Amino acid sequence: MLENEANPTLSKSTGLPRKRFYRARAHSNPLSDSHFPVPTSPCHVDFSLHYPQFCSSSDQIDSSKKIQFADIGCGFGGLLISLSTLFPDTLMIGMELRDKVTEYVKERILALRVANPGQYQNISVVRTNSMKYIPNYFEKGQLSKMFFLFPDPHFKEKNHRRRVISTHLLDEYAYALGVGGIIYTITDVEELGDWMKACLESHPMFEALTEEELEADPVVKLLSSATEESQKVARNGGQTFQAVYRRIMPAA
Amino acid sequence: MEETLIEEGETNKDIEVAPALIAVHPTQKSVAVAVGSDLRVFDFQGVSAVSLVDDTSGPFHKDSIRAIRYSADGNLFVSAGDDKVVKIWSTESWCCICTVPSEKRVSAVALSNDSLYVCFADKFGVVWVVDLDGFDGNQMLVNKKAAPLLAHYCSIITSLEFSPDGRFVISADRDFKIRVTVFPKKPLDGAHEIQSFCLGHTEFVSCLDFVFTSDYPQGFLVSGSGDSTVRLWDISSGSLLDTCEVGAKAELLESNGKEEECSLAITDLCTFPDGTLIAVATQSLQGIVLLSCDLSTRTLSITRVVSIMGEAFIPTSLGMSSSAGLLWMVTGVSNLHRFDNPPLARVRIVSGFEKSSPGDPTVLEDNEILGGDKLLEKLQGSVSVEEKVFLAAAEAVKTAMSNLLVKKQYSTEKREFRKRARNDRKIKQ
Ligand SMILES: C[S@@+](CC[C@H](N)C(=O)[O-])C[C@H]1O[C@@H](n2cnc3c(N)ncnc32)[C@H](O)[C@@H]1O
Repeated sequence: MLENEANPTLSKSTGLPRKRFYRARAHSNPLSDSHFPVPTSPCHVDFSLHYPQFCSSSDQIDSSKKIQFADIGCGFGGLLISLSTLFPDTLMIGMELRDKVTEYVKERILALRVANPGQYQNISVVRTNSMKYIPNYFEKGQLSKMFFLFPDPHFKEKNHRRRVISTHLLDEYAYALGVGGIIYTITDVEELGDWMKACLESHPMFEALTEEELEADPVVKLLSSATEESQKVARNGGQTFQAVYRRIMPAA
Repeated sequence: MEETLIEEGETNKDIEVAPALIAVHPTQKSVAVAVGSDLRVFDFQGVSAVSLVDDTSGPFHKDSIRAIRYSADGNLFVSAGDDKVVKIWSTESWCCICTVPSEKRVSAVALSNDSLYVCFADKFGVVWVVDLDGFDGNQMLVNKKAAPLLAHYCSIITSLEFSPDGRFVISADRDFKIRVTVFPKKPLDGAHEIQSFCLGHTEFVSCLDFVFTSDYPQGFLVSGSGDSTVRLWDISSGSLLDTCEVGAKAELLESNGKEEECSLAITDLCTFPDGTLIAVATQSLQGIVLLSCDLSTRTLSITRVVSIMGEAFIPTSLGMSSSAGLLWMVTGVSNLHRFDNPPLARVRIVSGFEKSSPGDPTVLEDNEILGGDKLLEKLQGSVSVEEKVFLAAAEAVKTAMSNLLVKKQYSTEKREFRKRARNDRKIKQ
C-alpha cells in the first residue's frame, strides 16, 4: 500500500529516477521533422530555467555566464554528472533527441540537486535534434568542449549522412566552438571510429591533440568510463576508439 | 529526408507545381521567364524572341525549372530545377555551354560575382559548386562535375546569394535559418568557415537579396519569409537590424473585411540598384509592397503599395536590371490540369520609380511595353492570357509553397497513425 503512494518512478533507496520507467525506442530518426519547440535564436533560450541557482545570483559574472560544454546525444546523462563536480563553475548542457530519455535526465539532475544541496546546479538537458539546431542554442565560439560519446553507428552506406560527425556538420561544430575548444569522440564501433577520425583529420579547422595533451586532460579518462554506454562496453570487455581534436584557425 | 517526405505524405503530384520565374539581364539586354520546363528569353537588342540552342547531353529542361539567374556581368545565365540538371548558358549566343548533373532536385542557384563559380542547392540541403575557370565564352564545357561546398542538414535550401563584395555566400532554408559562409579561395575543397547565422524568422525563409550603396559597399542582407515579414541583417555578426511586417499590411488591403486566418508569406523580393527601395511580393496581394530602406539608421519602412488595377495579378517572381529602373513581375505556374498546355504566364512592368519622374510608379499597359506583342507572345506563351488562368495559378503556387515549406503540425494520434501506416507499407514491400 505504502509503495503505491510513493512515486514509483523514483527509486526508494536513492530517490533517483529509475531507468526502467523511462525506456524508449532504441533509435530516433534524426531526419524526421521535429515536434518539439526550437528556440528562434540563442538569445531566445531562457537559461534561468536550466540553471536557477547560477542565474538567480546577483553576482554579475555569474548571471552573464554562458554554457561552455555540450554533450551531444547525451543519453542517460552519465558524462554530465561526472563533469558537473569536476568543473563546478562551468555551465554544461546535454542535447538528446529521445523524449523519454531527456525526461529521465531532467529528473535525475533534479533528484541529485535535492540530495546534494548546492551541487549539480551547473548541468541541464534539452530535447532537440543536434544535427539541425546547434546554431539555435549557441553563439559563435561560445563552447569550449563538445562531446560525442558512443553515437549511433548507422552502418549502411545510405545512412552515413545520418551520422552525427560528418564534414558538413563539423563546419557547424567549428562555428559553435571557440578557437582552442576541444571536440571529444569515442565509439566501440571500429568503422565509425575510423570515419570520425577521418572527418576530423581532413577538416581544416581541427587538429589532433598530441599524446601528452591527451594524457594531461582529465576529461579524456571519462570518455571510456562515465557514460552508460561506455560502462556497458567496458563490462563486455569491448574495444573503444577515440578521436580528440582541437578547434584551430583555418590557414588563410 | 526521404523519411521526411514520406512523413509529409501530401507530396502530391497534382499540387506540386512550380511558380513562374523572371530574371532580367543586368543592363536589360534581355529578359527571361521560366514556366514549368519552358525557358523563354526575349532579346531587346534584336527586339526578338531568342531560340535557345542546347547541344549538351540532354537538351533543354525536362521538368519544372526552380531557379534562374544572370551572372553579374551578364555574360552567363543559369537555369536549374526538378530535372536534376543545372544548365549554364552563354547570353551572347544563347547556347547551353554546360549541363551539370545533380544528385537531387535543384532549388536555388547563384553565381560568384567574378562569374568563375556557379553554386546550386539541392532539396536535401547541400550546396554544390562548379568552377568555370578557363571558360572563354564560346567553347562548350564537357564533363563538368559539381563539388560539395556546404550543407544545411536535411533542409530545403530556398535561396542562395553572394554578398556584394563576394566574400560570403548566403544560404537560406525552410528551417527559418540563414547561414553566412566565407566563400573560400579554393571553393572546390568546401566552405567550412561559418561567419554567422541570421536567426529571427519564425517560418521558412523564401527569398534573399542585398541592399548596398557607395556609402555602404558591403551592404546589408534583406530576407523575406513565410512569417510574412521582411528583415534587415548585418551579415558579419548575424544581427537582426529591423523587421518589417509586410504581410500585415498586405492582409489589410486584401481581406476587404473577410477573415484571412493565415498570414501571408513573402514570395519574392527585389532590391533597387540605388539601395533605397525594395519591392516585395506576397501571397494573395494583387500588386507589390514597396519598402524604403534607410541604411544610415538601418531601418525598413513601408512606403506604398503599388496595386495592379483592372486585373487580378498576384506576382510569383520579381526582377530588375541594374540600370533601366523598370520592375518586372511575372505570375504563372508550371502545370494546371484544368488548363491546356503550354504553361501560361503573365508579365507586367512597373515604371516611374526615379525621384525625377513625375507622379507615382505606374503599371505599364501592354501597349506601352518595350518589345510589345512580340515580347508578350514569347514570355507569356500568348499575347493575352485569360485572367482565370493566372488567378488559379496564384492559388496553386500558394498551396504548393505551403506544402513544400510549411511544417505540418500533427496531433499525437495522427502522428502515431502515420507511423503505423508507414510500417505497414514497409512490411508489404
Ligand atoms: C548510443 S547513445 C549514447 C548515449 C551516451 N552518449 C552514452 O555514451 O551513454 C546515442 C544517443 O544519441 C541520441 N541522438 C541520436 N541522434 C541525435 C540527434 N540528432 N540529436 C540529439 N541526440 C541524438 C540518441 O537518442 C541516443 O540517446
